[in-house]
Amino acid sequence: MATLSTDLTETSDTPWGRSRVLTVLLAVAFALILAKAVGILPEWLNRIPEAAIPPTAQVLDAVFSFIQNDLGLIYVTRFIAEGPLEFLLDTSANLLEGKRRWPYLGPIPWSAIAAVAGVVGYAVGGWRLAALGAGTFIWTAAIGQWKIAMQTMSVIVVAAPLAFLLGLALGIAAWKYGWFERMLKPILSVLQTLPFFTYLLPAVIFFKVGPTAGAVATITFAIPPMILMTTLGLKKVSPEVIEAGQMSGCTRWQMLRHVYVPAARTEILVGVNQVIMLCLAMVVLTAFIGMPGLGAKLLAMMGSFKLGRSFEIGVTIVLLAVTLDRMSKAWVVKQPVHFERGTPWWKRYKISLVALGLFIGFILLSQLFPILAEVGRKQHLSQGKEIDVVIKSFLAIEAIKETTEWLRWFLNVKVLIPFRDTLLAIPTPAFILIVVAFAYWIGGRRPGIYAAVFFTIVAFSGWWDRSVITLYTVISAVALATLIGIPLGVIAARSERWSKSILLACDTAQTFPSFIYLIPAIMLFGVNDVAVVFSILIFAAVPLIRYTIIGLSSVPSEMTEAADMSGSTRRQKLMSVQFPLALPTMAVGFNQAIMFAFFMVIIAAFIGTQDLGQELQRTLAGTELGKNFVLGLNVSLMALTFDMAISSWTEQRKKRLGLD
Amino acid sequence: MSATAPVISAQNVWKLFGPSPESYLKSMPAGRSFDEIRADGYIAGVKDVSIEVGRGEMLVIMGLSGSGKSTLVRCFSRLHDITGGTIKVDGQDIMGLSERDLIELRRNKMGMVFQSFGLLPHRTVLDNVAFPLEMRGQDRHDRRERALEVIKLVGLEGREEYFPRELSGGQQQRVGIARSLAIEPDIWFLDEPFSALDPLIRREMQDEFLRLQEMLGKTIVFITHDFDEALRLADRIAIMRNGAVEQCDTPDQIVMNPATEYVAKFTEDIDKARVVHAKGLAKPVNGHALEGAPINGGATIHELARVLVNDNRILLPVANDKGVVTGVLERDTALNVLLGAE
Repeated sequence: MATLSTDLTETSDTPWGRSRVLTVLLAVAFALILAKAVGILPEWLNRIPEAAIPPTAQVLDAVFSFIQNDLGLIYVTRFIAEGPLEFLLDTSANLLEGKRRWPYLGPIPWSAIAAVAGVVGYAVGGWRLAALGAGTFIWTAAIGQWKIAMQTMSVIVVAAPLAFLLGLALGIAAWKYGWFERMLKPILSVLQTLPFFTYLLPAVIFFKVGPTAGAVATITFAIPPMILMTTLGLKKVSPEVIEAGQMSGCTRWQMLRHVYVPAARTEILVGVNQVIMLCLAMVVLTAFIGMPGLGAKLLAMMGSFKLGRSFEIGVTIVLLAVTLDRMSKAWVVKQPVHFERGTPWWKRYKISLVALGLFIGFILLSQLFPILAEVGRKQHLSQGKEIDVVIKSFLAIEAIKETTEWLRWFLNVKVLIPFRDTLLAIPTPAFILIVVAFAYWIGGRRPGIYAAVFFTIVAFSGWWDRSVITLYTVISAVALATLIGIPLGVIAARSERWSKSILLACDTAQTFPSFIYLIPAIMLFGVNDVAVVFSILIFAAVPLIRYTIIGLSSVPSEMTEAADMSGSTRRQKLMSVQFPLALPTMAVGFNQAIMFAFFMVIIAAFIGTQDLGQELQRTLAGTELGKNFVLGLNVSLMALTFDMAISSWTEQRKKRLGLD
Repeated sequence: MSATAPVISAQNVWKLFGPSPESYLKSMPAGRSFDEIRADGYIAGVKDVSIEVGRGEMLVIMGLSGSGKSTLVRCFSRLHDITGGTIKVDGQDIMGLSERDLIELRRNKMGMVFQSFGLLPHRTVLDNVAFPLEMRGQDRHDRRERALEVIKLVGLEGREEYFPRELSGGQQQRVGIARSLAIEPDIWFLDEPFSALDPLIRREMQDEFLRLQEMLGKTIVFITHDFDEALRLADRIAIMRNGAVEQCDTPDQIVMNPATEYVAKFTEDIDKARVVHAKGLAKPVNGHALEGAPINGGATIHELARVLVNDNRILLPVANDKGVVTGVLERDTALNVLLGAE
């Protein structure tokens, strides 16, 4: 039965009534603002005085130093860094890029790796993935980026399996022990909103500069989704499969090894996919702590405004990302197929044999033809300079130049700067009250209380103005992304063909390491605030478009049919049936957009911002772990406030609409 | 242990779900009803059940969904720990078993078939069937041989290398049956094994099941919500409702003498002549003068219809399958059953 009621009556969950609380909160905030405008607000109510701010960073520094030196954690971490981890990284670096370390075998010829990638692609997803796999590596070699790409890959091939194993183990523990899961959950939410700079500095301090620190930061960054997916998968194993295992007389270990983990295969492999993608995203970012590789090269090229080379490196990173993503996703859906009885062994292992044959074959061939082993300096096909000229002359075309310059002027002078100044002018307590009112209005009492606590902590951290600037950037970018993304999604959702291709484009865009989004921003707008907002905007628009399409197209067809039969116009149908039902899903996209924006705004420190990210980037040069943590936590707390409010709204709404 | 000792013997078994079931059960006043218990915040999955299953017997537990039948069978195999009472398997209290002993019991004596099959999706038919053997550490060659044997027994020869998702529902349940038989269990639990199958396949699988049972002669606890299926397969039927057993008796007795109104509702629309056997309706000989050829006690009244209508004796001698006269059947009573007149 398709009941068409999407107007929900407000139910108040407090005796006080929601609207009254809101009125009081906003009235106080407004009174404070007014008082400031008239000039009667005492300064201690405008900003928290320096004297009242606790020395959190110093205290944290003392605590870290105690753990690090007095408790001797540094020896443990240094041992891991210089022992097993460095050994693994050296081995992979030797094999892939030819670093002079044990086992002194590498570098493996690029042609052999491309051939194996092609066969693996074929095994998991047919000819198209074979072409993608082989093509990516051929491109990388041909364009002359093999060595730096392999520097990046050599960290991924160590970090991804370790993150997988650790995530799997922690996920199993969280599933097995309720107390462990309860303890882990808040830590994971903080970890997932913590800016990546906060992963980098501790890694450098505890694990020695270079690949080891990069690997540690990457592993930490990639673990959370693996834990969540493992726990989810194990919880979803059908009770009958579990009972079948018990009735077969499995011991606890056998249950885990032969029943639970294989039955949760799909979720665990989805976790693997996420681990790989996060590893790639983070490895590129480790450029900020001086890790060589694609990220460092991109950073250098963009820094010197060499757009052609930046573009080429960008393409390499994107190709690698798409290849890794598509292959690991194809592996998720690939189901085993039986062989007829009596199939000879070489037929059963045909694909592995072909891969091995090609691998050895290309190694031998590359002895004869050195170009198959390594594409030399003068041999590669890079057109960096030419592309650079093309891009720059394109941007110099009068019409385009005028458009971008006008946009830059308009956004900066008319929108961004006034908005920023307004936000900065609001007294701290009024600002907190407005945020609390927002969280309370959207999510209810709990998110409201959390918002109050979190923002008060931010206010007392001593970085209020920079936090407000961070927030301003995020809000402007997400607002612009919403203005562009939602209409785009609505239009795309009208036709199935369009939704499909745009969804595919969004899915692909989401696999790109966030760093990539800086390239077009810098190309179009140069190095300034507009470029920052623009890079965040395109990054955040992706989930908005994606979830708008998903939300609209998942409205049950009997509902839209009922609306059609009631004689509603397309607009009426959209406004009173499709939007209300799609809103919870669209809110998920909105939430993701905000989280993405908080992530991106920190990366944009590279372009030059005056927010928390800039301060964070500065800490990387030193050893101010305490300050780094305080700054990172500020970002995390602000992001969590929004996350909690929106998620709680989505959940309540879904419950009341009777969805899932 | 004597030959007639029951294989499974349950005494006053309780299984309560809720916050602290043990202490609630201890403090609960006797004779509390299902609804009163629910009002106290507990669900009585199994409510004071005492039942015995004899060697080689097929006990069918029948009830609608939520009646507690699946819970009861999971108590027998200790997939659930019971809240009160005792359950003995071969004279051994299973609640007193250590984890190790319980695993041994399941590895050697029990097999179970599940409604949605419970197959391991990543293993081939062969590996699924060999799974219990692998768990108890049998070597690869042995378990392969035994698995092939049972696969043949359930008629899945040639599909050994298939994965479960490549098979139809009926075939998947054959794998489930083969797996439960692989360890040659003494006790066979079947939890609505045919409910997920469509009606034609269900009928075929019942026939197959009866054939297997004739060959293997296991002690069986069979769960179903389908009364016809229960009548077709059972030596005895236990009808459950709200966690308690309403009546436990032979199909003949349940159809002829339903103990409660609830049971009577099930039997109302049943064609009794097709269920009731001559021996079930027969009375002791007690010096009645008998004449003429005896009728077969194992036949249903429906099967005897022609004889009953054409014969003109008032009393018909009833013989068992060895031809020995064991009782006497009043032709009128039998005709009443046949014609549906009580």
